[in-house]
Amino acid sequence: MTEINLDTSSVRELNLVLQGGSSGDKFSVNNTVGKHALSVGLTTAVNVEINGHVGYYCAGMNQQASIVINGNAGPGLAENMMSGEVRVTGNASQYAAATAHGGLLVIEGDSSSRCGISMKGVNIVVGGNIGHMSAFMAQSGCLVVCGDAGDALGDSIYEAKIYVRGKVKSLGTDCIEKEMRDEHKKELKQLLSQSKMHHGIEEFRRYGSARKLYNFDIDQVDDY
Amino acid sequence: MCGIVGLFIKNPALESQLGALVAPMLSEMTERGPDSAGIAVYRNPQEDGCKITVLAQQPDFDWSTLETAVSNHFSLRDITVTRNHAVLCLDSAIEDVQDWMSDNWSDLSITSAGTNIEIFKGKGNPAEFIDQFDIKSMTGTHALGHTRMATESAITTEHSHPFSTGQDLCLVHNGSLSNHNRLRETLRKKGVQFKTDNDSEVAAGYLSWRLSEGDDLDQALNHAIEDLDGFYTFAIGTRDGFAVMRDPIGCKPAIMAETDDWAAMSSEYRAIATLPGAENARIWEPEPTQIYSWKRS
Repeated sequence: MTEINLDTSSVRELNLVLQGGSSGDKFSVNNTVGKHALSVGLTTAVNVEINGHVGYYCAGMNQQASIVINGNAGPGLAENMMSGEVRVTGNASQYAAATAHGGLLVIEGDSSSRCGISMKGVNIVVGGNIGHMSAFMAQSGCLVVCGDAGDALGDSIYEAKIYVRGKVKSLGTDCIEKEMRDEHKKELKQLLSQSKMHHGIEEFRRYGSARKLYNFDIDQVDDY
Repeated sequence: MCGIVGLFIKNPALESQLGALVAPMLSEMTERGPDSAGIAVYRNPQEDGCKITVLAQQPDFDWSTLETAVSNHFSLRDITVTRNHAVLCLDSAIEDVQDWMSDNWSDLSITSAGTNIEIFKGKGNPAEFIDQFDIKSMTGTHALGHTRMATESAITTEHSHPFSTGQDLCLVHNGSLSNHNRLRETLRKKGVQFKTDNDSEVAAGYLSWRLSEGDDLDQALNHAIEDLDGFYTFAIGTRDGFAVMRDPIGCKPAIMAETDDWAAMSSEYRAIATLPGAENARIWEPEPTQIYSWKRS
């Protein structure tokens, strides 16, 4: 285990050390005090434990690495993640996992607005609630919400799947509730197990695209 | 981009350290706003009297002329000069002092008026501002601070925050308003005066107008949601505390934290991290359009 203390190391030094790690290496990062862009651009299967709250853009562009944040995360957590796993034990601020292509993001607490905006294949599991405009223009991947969802969930959604255990304040344009078929139950069960969330799959409802925005509709020309 | 900080002291034993606690918060927000900085501090209440802070446009303004003139017209308790600002404590009715100042001292502007509030602001790096105004030694019950990165109007001291919105009231703003020009004209017709072309000053003027129409602060803020178009996190200082509100879209950041000793808000956690006990504080992100407020009971 290599310890990096941000009282004595700069953020750039931290990221260079983490980016230079080999698969299986373990790192612990301390004295974060809300600093930005911690543990970004990792491309190997290192294990990073960050102790404390982090600021903007933590774990951005992650590939393969497993990153645990023991605290809360600021805006832009795991933005454009490609693979690997990022876990936050507290809450995450807005646009977590924006545009992320793959991997798993687990937020044990709440996630605020625009969670999973334009997600492109990432799986996101939120233990608490999510804010408004989450999964906006979400293209693929799954967003699992164990609490409630805010306004305009899944607005202009493409083929991403949303599973919500609690209440949905409102659905966005072209997002509808859909039947929970066997393949969805299997997928949800696996995601809950992988993220260590202990809820019954029968408590969740599935939401997705009505696919009405995919093509121009001449009958709605007056709406444009 | 701008940075906002607010600190409300719950444990009276910490009131002597208000400035020492809020200065590092403000300093931490330098990267969000390196152009200018400002602070509203609530302290030394003037029972049965009033307090105004005035800002001189000229750095070499002769404050003794003002002191003499004020003493001839009003009952002056005290005047404290700090660089280009002076805090005047008087026995007189505050409206009389404000009218006399605006009629006779065109090269001075009033940055705050009330019984507790004092507002100081300055162009330049926040670290210099903190030193020049000796923020660290300030005592008081609560304070709001702002670091500005100008996006829509000039970088001057008068364009800097906080803006006064009435007696013992002030506003700091992170964001941008898109309908401020038309709203400024509408408010001017209603008698609200503006000193700059700054969008945040319009928000302050709007709240002043709503309050003068009889709204309480919550009602004024709820009207603001209807009438202000743009992005904003507002922090509003009041005589007894402060309030925080974000716009319905909520893309401008804000974080709040509370312990038994203090309640704080900021644009980012790193400013709150400078406070004692921050690591164990209750921390949350304010919901859009919800008004959060602390008051001295």
